Amino acid sequence: MEQGPAGGSGPAAAAGTGGLLLPLSETEQQRYSELFSRCCPPPEAAAGGSSVGELFRASQLPPDTLHQITEVCGAKRVGYFGPAQFYIALKLIAAAQSGFPVRIESIKNELPLPRFMALKNDTEVCYGTPAEFHGVKFQVPHATLEKNSYKRTDEGDKQEHKSPPMSPICSPPASPSTYQRIPLSYGYGKARSGLEQQHGAPYEVRHSTHQQDGPSSGNYGAKSALTCSTPNRSLSVEREQQDSSSQYSDDPWRITEEQRDYYINQFRSLQPDLNAFISGQHAFPTGSVAKNFFTKSKLPIPELSHIWELSDVDCDGALTLPEFCAAFHLVVARKNGYQLPETLPETLLPEFLQAACLKPVRDCALFDSYSEPLPSSQQSRDFGRAEKSSAEEVPDNSALLQDGKKDDKQALKVSTTLKTIPKEFQHLTVKAAAQEPTALRARPRSRSYSSTSIEDAMKKGEEPPTPPPRPQKSHSRASSLDLNKIFQQNTQAVRSGWLPPPPPALPPRPSVSQTEQPSEVELHPQMNRPPSQAEENSSAKKEVVLAQPPSKPARRKLRTEAQGLETPELSPTINVTSSLPAVKPHLPVQKQSSKQKRAIQTAIRKNKEANAVLARLNSELQQQLKEVHKERIALETQLEQLRPVTVL
Amino acid sequence: CDLFCSQNYPLYIRSVPTENELKFHYTVHTSLDVVDEKISAMGKALVDQRELYLGLLYPTEDYKVYGYVTNSKVKFVMVVDSSNTALRDNEIRSMFRKLHNSYTDIMCNPFYNPGDRIHSRAFDTMVNSMMMQVC
Repeated sequence: MEQGPAGGSGPAAAAGTGGLLLPLSETEQQRYSELFSRCCPPPEAAAGGSSVGELFRASQLPPDTLHQITEVCGAKRVGYFGPAQFYIALKLIAAAQSGFPVRIESIKNELPLPRFMALKNDTEVCYGTPAEFHGVKFQVPHATLEKNSYKRTDEGDKQEHKSPPMSPICSPPASPSTYQRIPLSYGYGKARSGLEQQHGAPYEVRHSTHQQDGPSSGNYGAKSALTCSTPNRSLSVEREQQDSSSQYSDDPWRITEEQRDYYINQFRSLQPDLNAFISGQHAFPTGSVAKNFFTKSKLPIPELSHIWELSDVDCDGALTLPEFCAAFHLVVARKNGYQLPETLPETLLPEFLQAACLKPVRDCALFDSYSEPLPSSQQSRDFGRAEKSSAEEVPDNSALLQDGKKDDKQALKVSTTLKTIPKEFQHLTVKAAAQEPTALRARPRSRSYSSTSIEDAMKKGEEPPTPPPRPQKSHSRASSLDLNKIFQQNTQAVRSGWLPPPPPALPPRPSVSQTEQPSEVELHPQMNRPPSQAEENSSAKKEVVLAQPPSKPARRKLRTEAQGLETPELSPTINVTSSLPAVKPHLPVQKQSSKQKRAIQTAIRKNKEANAVLARLNSELQQQLKEVHKERIALETQLEQLRPVTVL
Repeated sequence: CDLFCSQNYPLYIRSVPTENELKFHYTVHTSLDVVDEKISAMGKALVDQRELYLGLLYPTEDYKVYGYVTNSKVKFVMVVDSSNTALRDNEIRSMFRKLHNSYTDIMCNPFYNPGDRIHSRAFDTMVNSMMMQVC
């Protein structure tokens, strides 16, 4: 890793809070949040991949390092760069520039602010060309292409480039949709993006005083007022959105919108009524709902016990939605290496969370049916307990509801992002999804997040805990981004726990939701182009994409992978075609026809990949089937052997 | 010194200032016999809050032992210095009540199996603060 210009970066900025959990110093926070808002001006939660890529390149770190950083921060996994991932990435960049290895641990120390040479405008960062970013799959809106060329010319010379693409492109998944499980990440992300992106005068002052990042400051200054205003706007919007839910502060115990939505989704899978609660125990011989749920995270029992202690503030043996969010958040934090606090952090208090929880619930069209005020949940304890007894049915209900909801929201970034929730608690939802033969759409949806969560949990036991799916750098296209992530995670999740490793290649799904190709983008940098173009037609494509799933009921049996793959397959074709006309009007200036061709080619490629993936999946399933048959035969023979004994 | 017992094995022991833990262990174990005696003496009488408190079990020259049993037959035993004459019965009762409440909170935790040692930090905090008040 090159020390790079980091030498210049004022260590003064490194006067971090030095808290237990990756705290961000004030300057860091400002810087980061600034940068983040630069990367995703619109009120989205995730930074545009291209802009992020540019920003990273501006850090003058070697591509390998940047790639590593991307992986560590979880953007690849998540498929987009949400605040959490972004912040972590920025912190890692700072660490790398200071000579530390790219690790989560290294950013626990105070580090100088990362330096970005020739930082481009926020817009550019947002719409940066992911393709250029090694391994980082960003959705490359066509505007990004512009920027790419622009950037290439001046290594990160961010100009107003971003301005035009900013609005249409930089629509990272709605903050609610991005799930940033890593408290550190979002904590950092907020601070960083705020700092770096909010490149307003005040920030510059801060920058100059706190870090001698002359070049980067200069770059920031280069941004047009528009850029600044946009990030400000976006940031303020973000702040507004997430304000209640603990925004960009250096507090790792704050829950971002995405995380909250994820938690709410999970809660929903356990208990459809948000006003009720998840009982710690219920009459079923299967054991307590919440206990099983959290046990899936594979944390040791004493820690889970402590988490429960912290989160169940009313000590009633059940978790209301805010309590559940807090508990889930603590689990996430723990899995990512944070030490559990002795007392519940302020931002995780149920009262605090309740207000916040209400927001995403209401904002999310997805949860329309559940828009009952959360506080009432406190009252319905007993009722909730009774409800809880039907834990089995909950997933079904939730899935059903999700189905209905899915129809409503085409561009539901939230839903899509929800799917990208960490796979810890996938099982519940997966079962529910399996039981539902209808609503193919809902299935992928529920599966996506449920599976992801469960799978994640399962995977966590298998792999070193990786950050929960974070918003990838896909930036603008929330919908596409989400879908991609979902599918990606679905496959990953399934791979870890359920079926034989699902074809990891989600790449075939590029155009699934046009915009949401972040996951695919990650896997296939080439895909970036089509996704970027697809982005433009986000809304149109999403509908197309959504329409796709129902057309293939047969394949749905395969669950996540199948669905994920199917939709991408169908969607790419449709998207391509639909995108073609759509692209034209959207594409600002650039070579539309060439992009279209590229899109078509990409789509073709993706389709082929999807085919390969499906073929692989098919063979894997066949193998599984054989194994199951063998087992069955063995059991039957055993039964036969035992039978004569009992017949005495 | 506090001790919780269930099925006559300790779930939780904490003693304050003095370090004679072993001696307290012995004291508590012997007092368990007294507790059992009182429980059996109660017979089938309805067990209400008042009867949960067993009162002074065993006054010795050095200390007093108080007992308290929950409805689930978990026994709380408290040993206090005789020099602490300031401790009145009401205070002891309130302390036991607090202990009982904390214990039920622990029980609510689905990850806690009845019969396990109690490792809850919140519980520790509560007990420590309570003992600090007295000693």
